[in-house]
Amino acid sequence: MTMTSEFRTCPVTGLRIHRPAEMLIKVNAVVAIVFLAVGGLFGLLVALTRWPAVHLLPAEWFYLVLTAHGLDVLLVWIIFFEMAVLYFASAVLLNSRLAAPKAAWTGFALMLIGAVMVNVAVLQGGSSVMFTSYVPMMAAPHFYLGLLLFAVGALIGCFVFFGTLVIAKEEKTYEGSIPLVTFGALTAAIIAVFTIASGAIILLPTFLWSLGLVSNIDTLMYKTVWWAMGHSSQQINVSAHVAVWYAVAAITIGAKPISEKVSRVAFLLYILFLQLASAHHLLVEPGISSEWKIFNTSYAMYLAVLGSLIHGMTVPGSIEAAQRAKGYTNGLFEWLRKAPWGNPAFAGMFMSLVMFGFLGGISGVVLGTEQINLIMHNTIYVPGHFHATVVAGTTLAFMAITYLLVPLIFQRELILTGWAKWQPYIFGLGVAGISLFMMGAGTLGVARRHWDITFADAPLQFDYPASAFLMMGLNGMSAVLAAVGGAMFVIIIVGSVLFGKRTSGAQAEAPRPAGPSPAAVGQYGSAGTLRIPGTAVMVAVFFTTFVLYYFVNWKYLAEVWPLR
Amino acid sequence: MAITPPSERIWWKEPIAKIELIWIAVAFLWGLIMFFMMIYWHGAGEQNLSNEAYRITPEAYAEKTNAMVAKHTVREQSGFPVVRPPPGSDVYMLGRLWQWWPMLELQKDQSYRLHLSSLDWQHGFSLQPTNINLQIHPGYDMVVTVTPDQTGEFSVVCNEFCGIGHHLMIGKIFVVE
Repeated sequence: MTMTSEFRTCPVTGLRIHRPAEMLIKVNAVVAIVFLAVGGLFGLLVALTRWPAVHLLPAEWFYLVLTAHGLDVLLVWIIFFEMAVLYFASAVLLNSRLAAPKAAWTGFALMLIGAVMVNVAVLQGGSSVMFTSYVPMMAAPHFYLGLLLFAVGALIGCFVFFGTLVIAKEEKTYEGSIPLVTFGALTAAIIAVFTIASGAIILLPTFLWSLGLVSNIDTLMYKTVWWAMGHSSQQINVSAHVAVWYAVAAITIGAKPISEKVSRVAFLLYILFLQLASAHHLLVEPGISSEWKIFNTSYAMYLAVLGSLIHGMTVPGSIEAAQRAKGYTNGLFEWLRKAPWGNPAFAGMFMSLVMFGFLGGISGVVLGTEQINLIMHNTIYVPGHFHATVVAGTTLAFMAITYLLVPLIFQRELILTGWAKWQPYIFGLGVAGISLFMMGAGTLGVARRHWDITFADAPLQFDYPASAFLMMGLNGMSAVLAAVGGAMFVIIIVGSVLFGKRTSGAQAEAPRPAGPSPAAVGQYGSAGTLRIPGTAVMVAVFFTTFVLYYFVNWKYLAEVWPLR
Repeated sequence: MAITPPSERIWWKEPIAKIELIWIAVAFLWGLIMFFMMIYWHGAGEQNLSNEAYRITPEAYAEKTNAMVAKHTVREQSGFPVVRPPPGSDVYMLGRLWQWWPMLELQKDQSYRLHLSSLDWQHGFSLQPTNINLQIHPGYDMVVTVTPDQTGEFSVVCNEFCGIGHHLMIGKIFVVE
């Protein structure tokens, strides 16, 4: 066992916190938020350029900034924050010391060097190849090298997480099975290993190609393997943010999973099937058979979607059960009305849950349907979809848990609590607008990654419908709103970390019901006593929406030119 | 709670609530419906991609396109040849930095074997306003049998980023009676 001075006891929760783990959680979260701020600013510039009436940046800058936006928020912000989540879910939740803090620091340093290197490459101007960097378009060698370093650093972080699980088990810092949140983080880490391996497999030869050491990279192979990283990394996000949903629900209102078994099996479905999603990006490519497309794009008969659908019921269900247990039992929705909507952690988590399901989940399944992809591929519908999953889903969930990490890990009270109350709503509304309006414009055929849909300088002309321009304008306005919400978040968190009052035991917020209460167990878990009618109604509404939207898109597809 | 070890040590033997079981069953069945819908559409639907594609060098593809243009050009427009190939024949369109070439004139309700490939980078064939989107790779000749069912002027927008002139890249397909 290590020396006890390496630990402090959290006065709020009674958790034993390993100081090196705490420090690593802090630095990873801080760097993550810095890149969120930078990448978010790039995103605002992108949206303002695509707002036809504003059309802010010149073409060259637009493509440069769009590349940087994708890298900084989709990759750097999220993976850094996920490292913080992994260390939190292992060392803190398991009451354990962190395995190999020095290795974790090495990983952190590699990620930081890699992230800076990629940003330098992009900002130098020779690497405006978009986040996806499809060959044979070539970026500067240090673009690929930066990505590789970042990936290796993240891989080290995953292994530190695995090591911590082993240590905690060896040293018996907890009893029984690991908590569900840790299980979710474990899911994320397992998928991360697959993801990072795929990234290395394709980026290494591409790096050598950019140096002139490899003569040719096949475009189709590149896409297939690259997306085994690109899409799977989004599945890391899904696993991580679902784990965060459970964590926030547990911390803010003491929710307990309705069934450990069901929730864990749902995570297991992610591990088994989510990695097939590379196919989502290959549905209208030449040379790939329909059989392969159908099997892979559906995650083997939608088994990974099944995992998400399960979480979509069990998370709100656990909240409802906990609220009803507190006495909010009137009608269908008293439990929801009386939920702590003024707590930004809860509000952010719940909106993340709803928007991820309704906007991101449904659109993702429709977009990933083999034939329907024909009317959506590479239109701005695609960014509409993934802003709903990654921004409304992942980013909002991560923001929500940050509000809890500040008192718990940074030991600071939040400043600007009035702002904090509103922040999730402002950001959430903005992101909902971004997603919906981009999807709307995409349905009208508007191309993604396109500087000028008026084609003012083009030798030939084409007019998108006026409604498409309206959608892009509304998208710009929503982006401004989201940017305001994002800036508020950064100011609140950075301000709290720097200037917030140090928490002491008595004053601290973040109410967390102490320990598991065995009495509550019999209530949930067993079929007879559980009542979650409100959740059942919400799930029914969701399902109806899903089915209708799915078939409406088949109808749209049936209207385009026959193809064989 | 989700942040503590399961309170029931043997958690995998706990019974599952009925409402959860119902939802799992519904969601699983819905997944099967969506899965078989894709297969069903291959038989019953009219919009499916063929699995037909060939490896080809950009030079060889350009040569085939040139041969078609030499044989079937009917007029010029904005510096592009407009090609009117016979129905049922092999029709070639190529993507390159930054144009779709040549322009095509097709007859309504006639089928054509449309070949698509790129001479340089990847491009996105986005046929508007009907909204058909295909990914075009260099080195791969994609064959789609297409049957235009509306007349008019259709534009091919590039929707795969292909460098600084990406937003200038437009092609035309005319459909006539």
